[in-house]
Amino acid sequence: MRRPLLICAVLCLAACSIAGVAQDLRVPASVTAGEEATIPTTGSGKATFYLVGPGVSRKNDVSLGEEIHLQGQDLRNAGDYLALVCSDTCHTGTFYVIAAKPSSLTFLVHPSRVPVGQGDAISGVAFPFDQFKNLVLAPATVTFQLAVGDKPLFSRPVRAQNGVAWFRTASGKSAGLVQVIASLDDVTAKRAVQQVASEPCNLRITGQRIPIGVLVQTEPVHDCAGNVVPDGTIVTFSATEANGKSTVDAPIKQGIARAQMEASGTTVVSAASGVVMGNELRIGGKP
Amino acid sequence: MKFTLPIILVVATAALMVLALFGAGQAHGTVGIAAGSAVYTPKASTPEQALKNLLVDVQRRNWDRAMTAVSKTSDTNKQMFIQDWTGTNGSLRSFSSLEGFESRPLHITNDEAQMRVRLHWTTPVGPLEDVRDFRLVREGDVWKTVLPKVQLPSVPSQVIPVTYLRWDLVSGGAADEWGSKNVDAPHVRIISMNAVDSAEGAVVMGEVVNEDTVPAFVNVNATLVDGAGSAIDDETSFDKIDHVLLPKQVSPYRIDFPNINLKNVKNVRMDVKATLVPASADPVIGVMNQKIESDVQGKSVLHGDLLNQSGQTVNISHVVVSFYDNNAKVVWVADGYEDHALLPQSSAPFAVEIPKSVASKVQNFHVVVNQYSLGRS
Repeated sequence: MRRPLLICAVLCLAACSIAGVAQDLRVPASVTAGEEATIPTTGSGKATFYLVGPGVSRKNDVSLGEEIHLQGQDLRNAGDYLALVCSDTCHTGTFYVIAAKPSSLTFLVHPSRVPVGQGDAISGVAFPFDQFKNLVLAPATVTFQLAVGDKPLFSRPVRAQNGVAWFRTASGKSAGLVQVIASLDDVTAKRAVQQVASEPCNLRITGQRIPIGVLVQTEPVHDCAGNVVPDGTIVTFSATEANGKSTVDAPIKQGIARAQMEASGTTVVSAASGVVMGNELRIGGKP
Repeated sequence: MKFTLPIILVVATAALMVLALFGAGQAHGTVGIAAGSAVYTPKASTPEQALKNLLVDVQRRNWDRAMTAVSKTSDTNKQMFIQDWTGTNGSLRSFSSLEGFESRPLHITNDEAQMRVRLHWTTPVGPLEDVRDFRLVREGDVWKTVLPKVQLPSVPSQVIPVTYLRWDLVSGGAADEWGSKNVDAPHVRIISMNAVDSAEGAVVMGEVVNEDTVPAFVNVNATLVDGAGSAIDDETSFDKIDHVLLPKQVSPYRIDFPNINLKNVKNVRMDVKATLVPASADPVIGVMNQKIESDVQGKSVLHGDLLNQSGQTVNISHVVVSFYDNNAKVVWVADGYEDHALLPQSSAPFAVEIPKSVASKVQNFHVVVNQYSLGRS
């Protein structure tokens, strides 16, 4: 970011050195982004003023002995600026524009979905920006909060360093939507993390013989923390009998997965969801 | 001198044209087996010629003339005959064409013959082979084909309530604030991987699971790396996988590296890519009566029936199977397309061949079914 400015400055100074003697211009030590500033000049007659900064390059005629007014719109981008006044000789000065007060927080939260009961599973990082989208590097305290509905779960103030504040925490015990909030003064950013049930726990099936085979179903499928496993989760039923095997990938509906399978003899039925196995069930053959 | 090169080019082109005309048709010919060609003989004096006439007309979709090669004793009619060969209900067969065939006699007497035909189909999912047995009889001095009754599936009118889940995907607009609408890609994990040499080259296979609570479109990539750390080849699972995995669903995958031997491979880099996609938990397809048997050619084949338990027609079903040894290690992954549509509440048989080299090791298997329905992505 600063390298092109430096090159510009070096080139200008080199030009000034050739033309005459470069003298310092009395510029403000620092300016806040978007605010106006003035640069006093001495002498008399006309001169040319140059302003070079991040995303800004301006040239206009000025009268020596009068103040040069820098408009707020010329100083919107934070960074190093070079001011140059040339008549017979050139006078230069550099100053730094700092970001204005934070007006927005860019807040990244990862992941958007997380199984319950996972350590250090949720992380968030906040970047304060001013109204001109300059990263605010000044130290500030960002407060991170996790809440379910109106109930706060976690609150941690973090000192932003070099324009960055971050946190990391474990996921909670209950499935559901968690609000993640970052706030800095009166600026707030909200994100949502969906806490989802973890792997099914104690997957148990029951079954019975029906005229066309066997009907098997799971008991309500929960994770080990008691959260209901989301509908649509696949449970694979396998029915093995002496002359073959039948399988059905059945989605959980209202907490229960159910499947009908063709089998006439004594049948052993098992169930699995992902890498989790359930119990085995033996169903006698057709009478 | 200046005419030498053009003359050589003309001669070479002519030679290649002649080769293409007379060579290509016999490229896959096998001694003792009649290969399919466009030659039609009006009077079929042999069973081979009669069958060839029928199949040539099927190739050309010349149904009227094909029916003249069918025996009057056949238990079929023209419409059923056409539907048998062209498919119905948007099935894979209806997008296929008969590219060629090879027939061999199984049994021939003076008046009756039994022929086995290997049919080569071109389809949108690649070349497929089908083996059919035909019975031919001599009627006067002409041989004709006896076609069995074609059982076209039909479903009675009914209302089938469907209450399965569907996942829709809402994407944020370009104007959204950075980070405000990030939705993570599904979490998918490779749970097993095995690399083996096969007759065609190296094969990397295993299983992948969607550990997330949302559906995922999954692709598995593998890179073979040599001793110097350089990539030898990079391939994907292509259609040897069930791409759309619902939450907690497990799919086999197989990645083929033709003409590569594993002895040159030091390492295999695996990479699984998952994308969040809209999906539906319907239709549910049960895989019934699965068993491994030997077919008429002595090959080990996994047979079974696909049962469409929903109220929607599945136009093309694709079976992907992982075969395990006695240590539950995946020793082979095979797939097969069903060329007939699967109507609601109806079943259709499927068969997947197991290579001879692994057939003796297979102790168990897991079948998943990919399904494609017209009008649904």
